[in-house]
Amino acid sequence: MCVVSLRGNLAWGCYGDRTLQLAEPLVPRNRLADLSKAATLPFYICIPPSSRTSFFLTPSMEDLTSPKQDKENQELGEARRPWEEIAASSQDPESGLSEPLESEQWLETGPQPRSSPPQSPQSRASPPLDDVRGPGAPSPPSPAPEASFIPSTLALAGQQLAAPWQSDRTIDVNPKAETPRSHHLEQSDQGESTAPQTCQSEGDTFQQSQQTERHLYGPEDVSDNNSKQKELRFNIFQEEDSNSNYELDHTESGVSEGAPSLLEIAIQSAKAYLLKTSSKSGLNLYDHLSDMLTKVLDERPENAVDIIESISQDVKMAHFRKKLDTLQNENEMLPIYETAEKQKALFLQGNLEGVDQELEDEIAENSLPNVMESAFYFEQAGVGLGTDETYRIFLALKQLTDTHPIQRCRFWGKILGLEMNYIVAEVEFREGEDEEDVEDEDVTEERDDGDSDAEENDEDELPRTFYKTPQVIPKEENRTGANKYVYFVCNEPGGPWVKLPSVTPAQIVTARKIKKFFTGRLETPIVSYPPFPGNESNYLRAQIARISAGTHVSPLGFYQFGEEEGEEEEEVEGRRDSFEENPDFEGIQVIDLVESLSNWVHHVQHILSQGRCNWFNPIQKSEEEEEEEDEEKEEEKGEEPEYMEQEVGPPLLTPISEDIEIQNIPPWTTRLSSTLIPQYAIAVLRSNLWPGAYAFSNGKKFENFYIGWGHKYSPDNYTPPPPPPVYQEYPSGAEITEMDDPSVEEEQASRAAREAAVLPVAEMGESEEDEDEDDDSDQE
Amino acid sequence: MDAESLLLSLELASGSGQGLSPDRRASLLTSLMLVKRDYRYDRVLFWGRILGLVADYYIAQGLSEDQLAPRKTLYSLNCMEWSLLPPATEEMVAQTSVVKGRFMGDPSHEYEHTELQKMSEGEKVFEEEVVVQIKEETRLVSVIDQIDKAVAVIPRGALFKTPFGPIHVNRTFEGLSLSEAKKLSSYFHFREPVELKNKTLLEKADLDPSLDFMDPLEHDIPKGSWSIQMERGNALVVLRSLLWPGLTFFHAPRTKNCGYIYVGTGEKNIDLPFML
Repeated sequence: MCVVSLRGNLAWGCYGDRTLQLAEPLVPRNRLADLSKAATLPFYICIPPSSRTSFFLTPSMEDLTSPKQDKENQELGEARRPWEEIAASSQDPESGLSEPLESEQWLETGPQPRSSPPQSPQSRASPPLDDVRGPGAPSPPSPAPEASFIPSTLALAGQQLAAPWQSDRTIDVNPKAETPRSHHLEQSDQGESTAPQTCQSEGDTFQQSQQTERHLYGPEDVSDNNSKQKELRFNIFQEEDSNSNYELDHTESGVSEGAPSLLEIAIQSAKAYLLKTSSKSGLNLYDHLSDMLTKVLDERPENAVDIIESISQDVKMAHFRKKLDTLQNENEMLPIYETAEKQKALFLQGNLEGVDQELEDEIAENSLPNVMESAFYFEQAGVGLGTDETYRIFLALKQLTDTHPIQRCRFWGKILGLEMNYIVAEVEFREGEDEEDVEDEDVTEERDDGDSDAEENDEDELPRTFYKTPQVIPKEENRTGANKYVYFVCNEPGGPWVKLPSVTPAQIVTARKIKKFFTGRLETPIVSYPPFPGNESNYLRAQIARISAGTHVSPLGFYQFGEEEGEEEEEVEGRRDSFEENPDFEGIQVIDLVESLSNWVHHVQHILSQGRCNWFNPIQKSEEEEEEEDEEKEEEKGEEPEYMEQEVGPPLLTPISEDIEIQNIPPWTTRLSSTLIPQYAIAVLRSNLWPGAYAFSNGKKFENFYIGWGHKYSPDNYTPPPPPPVYQEYPSGAEITEMDDPSVEEEQASRAAREAAVLPVAEMGESEEDEDEDDDSDQE
Repeated sequence: MDAESLLLSLELASGSGQGLSPDRRASLLTSLMLVKRDYRYDRVLFWGRILGLVADYYIAQGLSEDQLAPRKTLYSLNCMEWSLLPPATEEMVAQTSVVKGRFMGDPSHEYEHTELQKMSEGEKVFEEEVVVQIKEETRLVSVIDQIDKAVAVIPRGALFKTPFGPIHVNRTFEGLSLSEAKKLSSYFHFREPVELKNKTLLEKADLDPSLDFMDPLEHDIPKGSWSIQMERGNALVVLRSLLWPGLTFFHAPRTKNCGYIYVGTGEKNIDLPFML
C-alpha cells in the first residue's frame, strides 16, 4: 500500500511503515503547484496494492508515464488558467465573483445537478484518511480488507486530483461523453455518498478506478479518448462537488438560495457601471483603474497613495501621446542638433588641418590666449561661465584665430541680450592686414554725411535756419584710441564670428546718453532718444569701447611706455598712447594689490567727452558740446578739468585710485579670492561702475573680463536728456515784441493828454479813439 | 536652487557668469546641511548673493513642509555662520524704500536718510528735517522679500496643491516639454497668488486647481520684464529678470532640474521702461 500526500511542492509517499519522498512526484512539479494552490488541505492519495508498481517510479515506468503526462500537460497547459481562477475564487467563499462563475457552470453542466449530493467528497474523504493512516501505518500485515475499501475512496479523490487540471472550457465536450459514462457516474456518485456503508459499490468503483488506472498508464494505443472522457467526467464531478461544497457551507451558515443571485446582480450592475464608456474620452473607469494599478505595480513608486492623482493623469496622458506621435513636429528638436552639428566642427578643426600642423601651431600659439587658465582664476574669484561653455568658447576663439590674420586675441567677455547673448573677442590684426575693408566703411559713412549736408543746402531756398550742424568729429584711425582693437562677436560658440564696425565719436557720445537692452541680433535698430547713429552693432561696439576704457586695468609696472617716444613732447601733447609689456616686471604681492588701488593702472585710454581718446580740435566748438561736458564730468571718472578748450583725460597707466567716486560709492572693490587659504589666493577686482567687470591678478598675471548687460551703474534712475531748447525763428526786436496792455489809469491819462492836444482837431481825434477802442476789444 | 543639488544647479546657471568660488561652494555644501538639521527645514534653498562694497551677503532660505508657507531667510558673510533674518513687514519695506545705492556688506551699517516731518508745537505747524537711521539688515530683509515676491520663479507642475491646502513638491514632475518651456505662461511666481483672485470665471475655467494655483509670469508688468532664452541648443531654458537684474532662473526641459539664483547688487532696475 502506498499513501501519497502532497505537502508544499513535494509528494510524499508512504509505503508500509516507511515514508518516502518520491524522487519524481506523481505529477509534474508545475502541476503540483497548481494543485497545492487549489487545495488548502493536503491531498492524500492512496494507491491500491495492485497498481502500486505503477506508482513507484522505476526507470521504465517513468518512460512510460512521462509522454502521457506531457500530453496532458499540453492539453491542460492552455486550460490551466481558468481553473486557477476558479480555484482561487472558490477558495474564498466570501468572494462575490466566484458566485456568478459557479452559477454559470451550474447552467452549463445542467444535467448533473440531480446527481450531485450536497456533500463534499473532500471533507468526507479526509476523515477516513486519518483512519487509514491510523490503522494503515502501524499494522501493515493486515491491510487487505480495509485496503480494498478505504483506498478506493481515496483513489476517487486521487482521480479527482487529476480532474482539476481540466478547465471549464473542456466541459463543453462533456455532454457527448455523458451517455456512455452515466452509469459510471451514478456508480461513483453512489460510491461517494454511500461509501462508508456499501462495500459492494465501493468495490465497483474501485474496479472502475482500476480501469482508469489502466487507461491512464496503459500502452499508448489504448484509447486515449476513453481515458480523456473519463477524466472529463471526473472533472465535472469535481466541480460539482466543489460547488456543492460551498453550497453546503452557505446553507450551513444560513444563507438562503436567493442571496447569491441578488449579490450577483448587484455586482454585475456595478461592473457594468464601471465599464460604461465615457462619451468624452472614450475610456472607461474599469480599464483605467486596472491600467493605473498595473502602472503602480510595475513601477512601485514610494508612497503611491500620495501621487495617485498624478499617476491617473499620466495614464490618461499616455493615451494621448500615442495619437500625437504622427502629428509631432520633427522640427522641434532641430536646434539641438544644429548646435551640436555646429560645435562638432569646432572639435574637429584640429584634425582637419594638414600635415604641417606644427608650423601652424607655432603661428597660432602667439595669438590664442589661454582662456582656460584665465577661467580657472576667475572661478576662484567666483565669476565666469561654466567650464564647459568656456572650453567651447576657447575652441571658437581658436577657429577665429585660424581663419583670420590675427596678431593677438583675447576673450573680452559676454554681453547678455534679451534673445541671445554676445560672446566678444578682442583681436589685433597683423600689420597691414585689415586696411581694405576699413576704408570701405569710411567711404560709406562720408557719403552719409554728404547726403545730409546736401539736403540742408536744398532747403536753403526757404527761410534760413540759424542752426549750424556741429562739425562731425572724425573717428579715430584703426589701431588708435577707441579703435585700437577690432572686436568680433558671435551668439554662441560655433556660430559665425561677426566683425563689429569701428566706433565713431558720435556713437560714443550718444551711447552715453541712452540705456537700452541688447537683443542679441546685430542688425536691430536702436530706437531711442537722442537718436542713436547706427544699429545694435554700433551700439554694442560703443559700449565695448566704454567698458574697456573704464575697466581694463593691470598691475602697476606690468606695462611700460614705449621707448621710442620722446617723453617731453608727449606730455605737452597730453598723452602717450602706446605701451609695451615690461620685461623687467617682477610682480606685485597679492596683498599689496588688494590693499592699495594705486597698484592698479588703466591700460586703455580714457575716452574724452568728445567721444575720442585723442582730442580733435574742431574749428568751431558748438555750445552743445560744452553742455555735454558738464554733464559727463560726473559720469566720466578721472576726468580732469579742461583748460584752453582742449579736453585732456588722465594719461595712460593712471592708477585707478584716482578714479572718481560715484556718489560716495567707491568705483572698485578689491578682495582676496579666499580667506581660508590666503597663501595661494589671488587678488580680485570688481568694478562698481560697470557691474560685471572683473579683473584678477596673481601678482604676475592678470586678466580682465566682463559679463553683464553692458550698462553703466548709476544710483539715480535714468532720465532721458531733455530736448534741446527751441530755436528762434527770427531775431526779436523792438517792433515785434509784444507790449503789455495799458492799465485803466494809463489809458485815461493818455486819453486826457490826447484830448488836450487834439481838441483843436476834433474830427481826427475821434477817429483815433475809435481805433484804440477797436484794438482794445481785439486784445480782449 | 536646492542646496542639495547645488553643484549641478550652479553649472546650469553659470551662463549669467555669476558662480561661486570653489571654497564658497564647498563651505555652502557643508554649512547648509547643518542649517537644515539645526533649523529643521524640510528643504533648504540657496537663494543667492547680494554684492556689497565691502563684503557679499550669501542668502539661504528654509522651507517647511508646505512649500508656500512663509520662508525663513538666513544670511551669512562667510558661508559658514548663518543668522536668521526677521520676516519682512510692510513697515520695513516702506522705511527702506528711500534708501538708494549699493549695499555695504556690513549688517550693522546705518544709512542716514533725512526726511521732512510735520511737527506741531501748539498752534504752529512747521516742517522739520529729521534724520532717520536705517540699518542695513532691515534693508536686506526688505530687498529679499521684494525680490522673492516679484521674481521668484517655479515651473508649472513642480509643486502641487493637495486637497487639504498645503502645497507639496510634485514627485511626478518630469519637466516642461520643449514647447511649454518657451512660454512664460508655464512659469509661476513662487509666492502666494495675488492676481489669481482677480481673474474672471472664464479665465479660471481651464485652470487645473491642483497645479495652477499661482500667478503665471506672462501677465507681469511691464510687459517684457523677462528675457527668456534657450541655451545649449535647446537643452536649457534660462529666464532672466530685467526688473531685478541678476536673477537667473534655469530649467532643463524634460528633467526635474530647475531653480533660481540671484546674484546682484540688490537694486531694482527702475529704468526698465526706457531700456526696452
